[in-house]
Amino acid sequence: MPFDEPRAGRNDRRVLPITASGLVLERAGRRIIDNIGLTITGHDISVIMGPNGAGKSVLLRLLTGLLTPDAGTVAWAGSGADRARAPAVGLVFQKPVLLRRSALANVRYALRGGSRAERTRCAEDALFRAGLAHLAKSPARILSGGEQQRLALARALAPDPEVLMLDEPCANLDPAATAAIEALIRDARARGTKVVLVTHDIAQARRLADDVTFVHDGRIVEQSPAASFFDNPVSSAGRAYLDGRLLID
Amino acid sequence: MQDFGAAFGDAFGLLLGFDPALMEIIGLSLRVSITAVFISGLIGLPLGALLGVSRFRGRAAVLVLLNTLMGLPPVVVGLLVYLMLSNAGPLGPLALLYTPGAMIIAQSILVIPIVAALARQTIEDMHAEYDEQLRILGVGRWGMVATLLWDARYSLLTAMLAGFGRAVAEVGAVLIVGGNINHVTRVMTTAIALETSKGNLALALGLGVVLLLLAVVINAAVMGVRATAARSAHA
Repeated sequence: MPFDEPRAGRNDRRVLPITASGLVLERAGRRIIDNIGLTITGHDISVIMGPNGAGKSVLLRLLTGLLTPDAGTVAWAGSGADRARAPAVGLVFQKPVLLRRSALANVRYALRGGSRAERTRCAEDALFRAGLAHLAKSPARILSGGEQQRLALARALAPDPEVLMLDEPCANLDPAATAAIEALIRDARARGTKVVLVTHDIAQARRLADDVTFVHDGRIVEQSPAASFFDNPVSSAGRAYLDGRLLID
Repeated sequence: MQDFGAAFGDAFGLLLGFDPALMEIIGLSLRVSITAVFISGLIGLPLGALLGVSRFRGRAAVLVLLNTLMGLPPVVVGLLVYLMLSNAGPLGPLALLYTPGAMIIAQSILVIPIVAALARQTIEDMHAEYDEQLRILGVGRWGMVATLLWDARYSLLTAMLAGFGRAVAEVGAVLIVGGNINHVTRVMTTAIALETSKGNLALALGLGVVLLLLAVVINAAVMGVRATAARSAHA
């Protein structure tokens, strides 16, 4: 995968490639993640697909260091996940967790370094890009569901992360709000951010994916470029999922 | 011994006339209790927040102890502080016994567990919601405590008001360590006890009315804080 020139300010906190090998996570005697190996790199949109309970969200939490695997390793650019580089990894949850502060303060909270005035300006830029400039002073938690998710995305993007991970970001949103989120995701890709999107929405995956990783039963069963996955999936589980058949084995 | 109606009339006379003796007592009461609540906040809020975000062996026992301390009998606290501050006690050289300082210490000991226990519950609930999000933003343990304290500020203010209500209304601790000395350590509750036993019902009633009014003001403030919090979706 070719690398573009890294942008200024990102050099000291590189996290890509994110490599996972031999990941295992067990809960209550069940293998939720069963020997997953994965490399995340580049500047495009990787979609992780699979049915509910396949282990997609857990996999994201392992990759971001929120969860510690029972076996296997996760490395950010060759060394273990650490707090100092956390700003280079953005993560947006299905249900946004917003601080009990204004929209602007929520974004500013994610920024480190520089004067308060600089952080405020940077946060205002991020709100503007998310189409939320007019709501900067509103308490974050009275915004609509779509606005809240856009705000969470603006907050994750404000520190200019090297990689942005999203866990079913549009699961609770209507089509208009979904379109706004997808536009922001494309915008992030255009600005050179690697995007990892977890979804079980096939239509959304078709709209956004550059490549697809299909997860089933805690394992990666297929990894393909988007075009070939949607036109001609290799795995039977992937084919069944795209056909709309229920995967319940 | 005055009759009841006359006592009430005299009490309001004292209040409306801003009787100097009455005002002095009210002023000292507020000074002592507000200072005690301020100190309790400085100690109790971070303590409660740390307990709310920490998991360690014996935590359950600490929580049981903390909740028990919320109900500490004021006279027992008064006695313990008295023993500490008396001439023979370890803190005797500070010469704090029978001063407002001693009363502030005693009331702080009463209020810290209330503030800490209420803060712990609030912070623990909010921590469950914020934990992953703050960790992904690279926030460390102390940054998390500071964030939670700030975001829970309305609930914590309510906890402080509850603590103030306890402090300003208690009589046992301040009586023992303050001694109810006129112009020095006489506060509303100790004055009421003394004036009632002397049969000076007007002053006692006047102070009682002030204490009741304070309770009304505190509760109104709590409701106001809650309404403000709800309006800006902080609750």
